[in-house]
Amino acid sequence: MIRIGIDVGGTNTDAVVMDGGAVLAGVKAPTTKDVMSGVVAALQKALEASRLPASAIDVVMIGTTHFTNAVVQRRDLAPTAAVRLALPATASLPPMVDWPEDLRDAIGNHTYLAHGGNEFDGRAISALDEAELRRIAADIKTKGIRSVAITAVFSPVSTDFEKRAGAIFESALPGAHVTLSSDIGRIGLLERENAAIMNACLRDLSKLVMDAFRAALDKCGVKCRFFLTQNDGTLMDAAYAEKFPVLTFASGPTNSMRGAAFLSGVSEAVVVDIGGTTSDVGSLHKGFPRQATVAVEVGGVRTNFRMPDVFSFGLGGGSHVVDGPNGVKVGPLSVGYRLTEDALVFGGAQMTTTDIVVAAGRVDLGDKNRVASIPKDLIARTEARILEMLENAVERTRLSPEPLPVIVVGGGSILVKDKIGGLEVVKPNHFAVANAVGAAIAQVSGEVDRVYALAEIGRAEALADARAKATQAAVAAGAREDTIEVVDVEDVPLAYLPGNATRVRVRVVGELNVV
Amino acid sequence: MSSKGYLLQESDLLPLSLGAALLGTGGGGNPYIGMLRTRELMRKGAQVEVLPLDALPGDAFVGSVGGIGAPVVGVEKIKEGAECLRALRAVEEAAGVKVAALISAEIGGANAMEPISTAARAGLPVLDGDGMGRAFPEVQMSTYFIYGLEPWPGAIADDKGNVVVFKKTVDMYWLERFARHIAVDMGAGAGFATTPMSASFVRRVAVPGTVTQALAIGRTILTARAKRQDVVGRLIATTGATLLFTGKVTDVRRELKGGFAIGEAALAGFGDHAGAIGRIAIQNENLVLWVDGVPVAIVPDLIINVEIDTGEPITTEVLRYGQRLAVLGLPAHELMKSKAALEVVGPKAFGYPDLDYRPLPYMAASPTFESQRSAR
Repeated sequence: MIRIGIDVGGTNTDAVVMDGGAVLAGVKAPTTKDVMSGVVAALQKALEASRLPASAIDVVMIGTTHFTNAVVQRRDLAPTAAVRLALPATASLPPMVDWPEDLRDAIGNHTYLAHGGNEFDGRAISALDEAELRRIAADIKTKGIRSVAITAVFSPVSTDFEKRAGAIFESALPGAHVTLSSDIGRIGLLERENAAIMNACLRDLSKLVMDAFRAALDKCGVKCRFFLTQNDGTLMDAAYAEKFPVLTFASGPTNSMRGAAFLSGVSEAVVVDIGGTTSDVGSLHKGFPRQATVAVEVGGVRTNFRMPDVFSFGLGGGSHVVDGPNGVKVGPLSVGYRLTEDALVFGGAQMTTTDIVVAAGRVDLGDKNRVASIPKDLIARTEARILEMLENAVERTRLSPEPLPVIVVGGGSILVKDKIGGLEVVKPNHFAVANAVGAAIAQVSGEVDRVYALAEIGRAEALADARAKATQAAVAAGAREDTIEVVDVEDVPLAYLPGNATRVRVRVVGELNVV
Repeated sequence: MSSKGYLLQESDLLPLSLGAALLGTGGGGNPYIGMLRTRELMRKGAQVEVLPLDALPGDAFVGSVGGIGAPVVGVEKIKEGAECLRALRAVEEAAGVKVAALISAEIGGANAMEPISTAARAGLPVLDGDGMGRAFPEVQMSTYFIYGLEPWPGAIADDKGNVVVFKKTVDMYWLERFARHIAVDMGAGAGFATTPMSASFVRRVAVPGTVTQALAIGRTILTARAKRQDVVGRLIATTGATLLFTGKVTDVRRELKGGFAIGEAALAGFGDHAGAIGRIAIQNENLVLWVDGVPVAIVPDLIINVEIDTGEPITTEVLRYGQRLAVLGLPAHELMKSKAALEVVGPKAFGYPDLDYRPLPYMAASPTFESQRSAR
């Protein structure tokens, strides 16, 4: 099977062509404002380098930080109405209550509390009030809002309220994008609601971006199906991704860590991904990134997505190097994507980490005569500072005292010499495009998170039911049923409740079904 | 405003909730939602004053309110907001008195915030103390009931406007039992008020200074993080806690008995504890820590798991394989260690007949109410 993995980052669009486990080509092109031209450029370069015709490609996987960046930078977000079905419960905290003000303002702060929602055991908190919802829909229409996020209390237990309300909004607001929280998140009302609202406000953008991806593939003559990677490193097909852009959040670090594991053949390691401006450090367990256990914020908003536990710090190939009375300072300022204009070796005026590495004679880039005057002592102190930053980051990420290897990937990998904190360093082939490789090798997952009353059905039966539902979800997302494996089972009894209410979470992954 | 108290600021709420989570010793529920609810009220102009236990005349009355239900329901079915206030008004009516202040029954976890948000709604002050100095799973495990408070009247209220008053319960176990059942019928997230107490009784039996203590702990954690200091080291230096163990979670077993999560976590030591095995017994809260089979900290002393790098308190519900923890021990207040108290909250009360309570030593004094006030 010939696969193409593409990673659309803030600076570069990377592409790899893979035949089974072999990387045939790995290329980089600058990311463009319209997304499409950058993807076309990367795709064409990759096809040329691999000497394969476009018709040979079986499937394309795309990872993108575009939607995360839109939220972080508060741009291209649609005005969105947040409707919660819960009254009289939850009146003390309206939707978006813990959002940063600028983001709330960016999407208009339109919040509505309505009746409906479930108790933990499936009883209704109150009946759905259709007239109330139609009044809300009329108000939304008057305001010209076309994106709606609907969240009902305990919708992971019963989706009925959200579905009925969704149908009302869809008929009252033809053409509007309606996001149901139960399609996205798990138990934890505010976090799930936050994800649903962010998803709704990205729906206009996701149409544009997915159209750009389609147009780019079309232009290059690539006719196969394409998929996007989500935050846990698994795939969703293009139509699904267009509806759920929020699920691409944090796919970047996940892809680079999965790619690092794949390229190096090491599955227990610390991964350092050094970009132009920042480095991400995380740890791999069985080839998958370790997940964060506390709530993860995106653009200042709490979510309960499965996200890799990644520590970011300001060291990259474009980091400024400034010598001062308190010693040498490296980063967090960076020339970023302007490296090839602003760095000394490229004729610019800013001393960067890349200049130091070239001056040290470890890499041949640009014009090394331009850095010949950098004093030996400054080179040594800068290298020591860079190593110290890397050691600190690796040390705080290590899960055990065992001497794990450190896999170094990303364009800034040239900053790393042979060892970090006494640990062996692995720089796999194609280290600069590890994230695109991570996208190319992504699998398909399905997840279920529900509360079961074990007094009624028993633990084994509840787990089997959850497994079946997770498998269904994975198959619906494009997995081959015969390859599905359970990767995570968690059953947590809910304290203080009778009837042995237990929250069961099951996650399965399988190979992509390529037809 | 009384000359003796201090007004809670909006910026106090985050550290207060973080400190309360730590004092929850693994249980008590997450105070984050309650913190947000209180913040919303403050942003609309509500004020809450924190008073020392001796600020009120002895014959004034003090109310105690808290949430009752399941922590997981608390993060999903968020409160309407006035549940506790309706329960409070109902016990006031049943007892024929009006309260002059509120106090928490349980500073550890979500119930640290509940009296504060209710006080914000009612325009009442809160007293700087609580009935546990930590979290415990049941109503009767507070110093109020241990030291003789009549368990009636009590009241419970839901989001919908239902209020149930317990006119007479013969002891606190019956109150707990009835309240727990009705709470489940109410959706496992209700407001609960126990009988108003005289201020002189509260002065005598409440664990003093715990609102201020929670606030100081939260500030220590947040400041240490902001300054990139060793958070665990700062906690030990400022709270009088002892570092009992450092280890990685290697196994977590949980089962449910009578509505309570019973279990055990195993830790493989690292750092100074490399090679040692830690074992923590859990019944909603952390109850006992054994190191290599020897019990080193026992309930009612506080056994606190924090993530070693961030100092984030880890509740028993989110404990999982691979987490790197520092286990801290904080001595319980003397009121929790008397013979009468140990009968209710000692190891034997939690089903460890062979364990004798041996108190953790005090390492240093915690920050006092006075130092808190003078810091303003």
